[in-house]
Amino acid sequence: MSAHADTHEHDDHGHHHKETFVTKYIFSQDHKMIAKQYLITGTIMGVIGVLMSIMFRMQIAWPEQPNVLFEALLGKWAPGGVMDADIYLALVTIHGTIMVFFVLTAGLSGTFSNLLIPLQIGARDMASGFLNMISYWLFFLSSVVMVISLFVEAGPAAAGWTIYPPLSALPMAQGGSGAGMTLWLVSMAIFIASSLLGSLNYIVTVINLRTKGMSMTRLPLTIWAFFVTAIIGVVSFPVLLSAALLLIMDRSFGTSFFLSDIFIQGEVLHYQGGSPVLFEHLFWFLGHPEVYIVLLPALGITSEIIATNSRKPIFGYRAMVMSILAIAFLSTIVWGHHMFISGMNPFLGSVFTFTTLLIAIPSAVKAFNYITTLWKGNLQMNPAMLFSIGLVSTFITGGLTGIILGDSALDINVHDTYFVVAHFHLVMGISALYGMFAGIYHWFPKMFGRMLNKNLGYLHFWVTAICAYGVFFPMHFIGMAGLPRRYYTNSNFPLFDDTANANVVITMFAIVGGVFQLVFLWNFFYSIFYGKKAVQNPWRSNTLEWTAPVEHMHGNWPGEIPHVHRWAYDYSKPGHDDDFVPQNVPLYDGEEELQH
Amino acid sequence: MTAFLTIIIVLFIAVAIWQMVKIFDLAQVGTSNDQVATDKDNRINGYLMMGFLIFIYAITIASFWYLGDQPLMSNAASEHGVQIDNLMIISMVIIFIVQTFTQFLLHYFAFKYKGEKGRKALFYADNNTLEAIWTFIPVIVLAGLIIYGLFTWTSIMNVDESDDPLVVELYAQQFNWKARYAGEDNVLGMANVRLIDNNRANILGLDESDPNGQDDVIVTELHLPVGRPVLFKMRSQDVLHSAYMPHFRAQMNCVPGMITQFGFTPTVTTAEMRKNPDIVEKVENINAIRAKNRAAIEAVGTQDVIYEFDYLLLCNKICGKSHYNMQMKIIVETQEEYDAWMKEQKTFKNSLTN
Repeated sequence: MSAHADTHEHDDHGHHHKETFVTKYIFSQDHKMIAKQYLITGTIMGVIGVLMSIMFRMQIAWPEQPNVLFEALLGKWAPGGVMDADIYLALVTIHGTIMVFFVLTAGLSGTFSNLLIPLQIGARDMASGFLNMISYWLFFLSSVVMVISLFVEAGPAAAGWTIYPPLSALPMAQGGSGAGMTLWLVSMAIFIASSLLGSLNYIVTVINLRTKGMSMTRLPLTIWAFFVTAIIGVVSFPVLLSAALLLIMDRSFGTSFFLSDIFIQGEVLHYQGGSPVLFEHLFWFLGHPEVYIVLLPALGITSEIIATNSRKPIFGYRAMVMSILAIAFLSTIVWGHHMFISGMNPFLGSVFTFTTLLIAIPSAVKAFNYITTLWKGNLQMNPAMLFSIGLVSTFITGGLTGIILGDSALDINVHDTYFVVAHFHLVMGISALYGMFAGIYHWFPKMFGRMLNKNLGYLHFWVTAICAYGVFFPMHFIGMAGLPRRYYTNSNFPLFDDTANANVVITMFAIVGGVFQLVFLWNFFYSIFYGKKAVQNPWRSNTLEWTAPVEHMHGNWPGEIPHVHRWAYDYSKPGHDDDFVPQNVPLYDGEEELQH
Repeated sequence: MTAFLTIIIVLFIAVAIWQMVKIFDLAQVGTSNDQVATDKDNRINGYLMMGFLIFIYAITIASFWYLGDQPLMSNAASEHGVQIDNLMIISMVIIFIVQTFTQFLLHYFAFKYKGEKGRKALFYADNNTLEAIWTFIPVIVLAGLIIYGLFTWTSIMNVDESDDPLVVELYAQQFNWKARYAGEDNVLGMANVRLIDNNRANILGLDESDPNGQDDVIVTELHLPVGRPVLFKMRSQDVLHSAYMPHFRAQMNCVPGMITQFGFTPTVTTAEMRKNPDIVEKVENINAIRAKNRAAIEAVGTQDVIYEFDYLLLCNKICGKSHYNMQMKIIVETQEEYDAWMKEQKTFKNSLTN
């Protein structure tokens, strides 16, 4: 199955496999091509997700005002250009689903795990190129199903991205809980299969296919992050699959796993003995680790980029690895902090408060280590570096408010308000997105052999950075005023009239920020074809991917796979002329490898 | 026509971006590695980092200035609310100290150490003492917060049944709230949605044979006597809802198939709260805004233009189409006013139709 992946070194890579358009660009088993496929699919889904957020932000700022954009895009859901309340909830729901799963899980982790794991550990390809291909095509299929669900007669799923039953289980409770929700569940089931195949592949590859000399303590932090992320995914995604399956049973086969004692639209339903709280447990058993599935790859990417562009070793390599492991472990035992007021036993709430606040410790270590890496560096302000610094900034801002939300007593009053929306968008949404952008700017030359335009990159970063804070910083305060999230309009509550202006400002920032992503899209697609040709190692980086030729080839390296003699962070090491020493350069006589 | 205009505008934006790209492109001639940051880029972006630090501080100050006077964050109207507010303020102070300090370091370093050709960075990979310091400081601070938080949480969630709380059921359905008082015996009658009989006006599904339920009182406006502990029992008949009473720092989900609970003691009557200077200011502010929107409000016609403060119960868990308008007024009043109001209400037994 993985015949071409474990090609032996004496194999002749000069001879050409007969490659047709289909095997090269569509059903490719080459990890570099699959990475590009993930990236482009994720980008397209991202455009849909961001467009949705701009639409519902417009509704929040100018409630029930006719809008050409709505009329053009929403059709029957915006009679006369006024957005319907059902489609508002659907937009919120699908925005969340797309951004969390399709963009920041598949688009981020799928792209960079695939691209970097073989290249940075010195492998010819993934352990199983075939499974890798299947994994991508399942992801593609799930994206198609999700997009199709937008066109269902009664509307797409609209129960929030957390799809709590009974709302998501009963078509009479909400139009979107009919065929729209069925497609949502089918799409997610396929997505989970895709994610599991991918994760297993990543784990096996990192364990088995490291080149000679690449011990675990010499792995770049990117690989550590992808490796641990894959493990979290394998542990937690199946639980969401089981929740989805049980929900499908409740919806279609009359079981009562999550439903009990329901009277709706004048009739009593037969369900008895189930509990929606059970669903919440199952959902968040994935849902919380999912936050780290999204965030850890971004943190891994920034570790690499900050070290390279600071021309300094990453500070506290071992502490960084330990904190990734600690975060991974803790992330699986904190899910209950989403459920303090769900009706579960308050004592459980105490336990989850304790574990949740513990997770702040490894997070703080990471933040301080990043800052110390900058200290006395020689910072190369490439766009990737800017996005990495931006990530550290939003990670701190967003992470700190976690101290409030993780505290059960404080959560009572801000639970499900805009405070929560602001918190998780900064700490995981924007941070992970910055990580993704940083990765794209940094490894674009590796992916496409061409450079992105840096000035457009600067423009993209600075506008995005200002808009991200402009949108989400004031949002905390609206939340502290008690404004619940997922309200179609706030005009029924004069109490909140004094937040209306702030909502308009937030929407303005959102629109500007959204529109300026066009600069990135332009730069991205234009540079694929017309960008300046890249040199082999443009950022003067240490890791192995930059020892591979610019032109892609099966097996990554012509001839022998490079051997590794040192860790990935020998930047500005005394005793060397250059300010970087690639991992495949042997130690000179008498040189000591750093004990890390 | 508007659609046409929009298309034109979009076209203009596209052309503008195209032109921008052209300018950037023309400005660059030279080697193939010219998309890597130069000393000039480092300098410019280094200064912009300092600018961005100022922007973060500015937006923080602006948010506090314009949005920070949320009376919801002080003036709690319940006994335990004061504890929550204290914990909130302590947490906020810690957060803002850490935020100000770390953002400064991050952006200042980005500015201070901006790259120059020929300079070499310091090879500095590890320092166990430093790392121990910034592991243990968070440990100590968080330990304090955890302990304070847990004590607060436990004291809020453990309802002391011995001080005779007023038992009230909050009943949620798409898309309204009802409240059921336990009557003179202060014991709620048994109920289940299977017993709902709209023909007999048994809208909450009370067991008609349960003697405890006969004196129950079902209302659509919540009245609470000031100073007396209330124990809410939450029930939902269809989907998840959440009973959110922000002024009392109280919230609990309503879950079909189970009864959840939350207890608190209201300490400020509605009349007193309306005279609170913070609330007066907030209401004046809101009314100034509403005066400007008078025409729009009158066109809809469901609200008075002049807003008067009231406590509210809101639904805070997505529950369907009209989630955004699921509310109930809460009135906190003196015991005498409460008794007088209660006397006017019909008991369950008397409200049944045949």
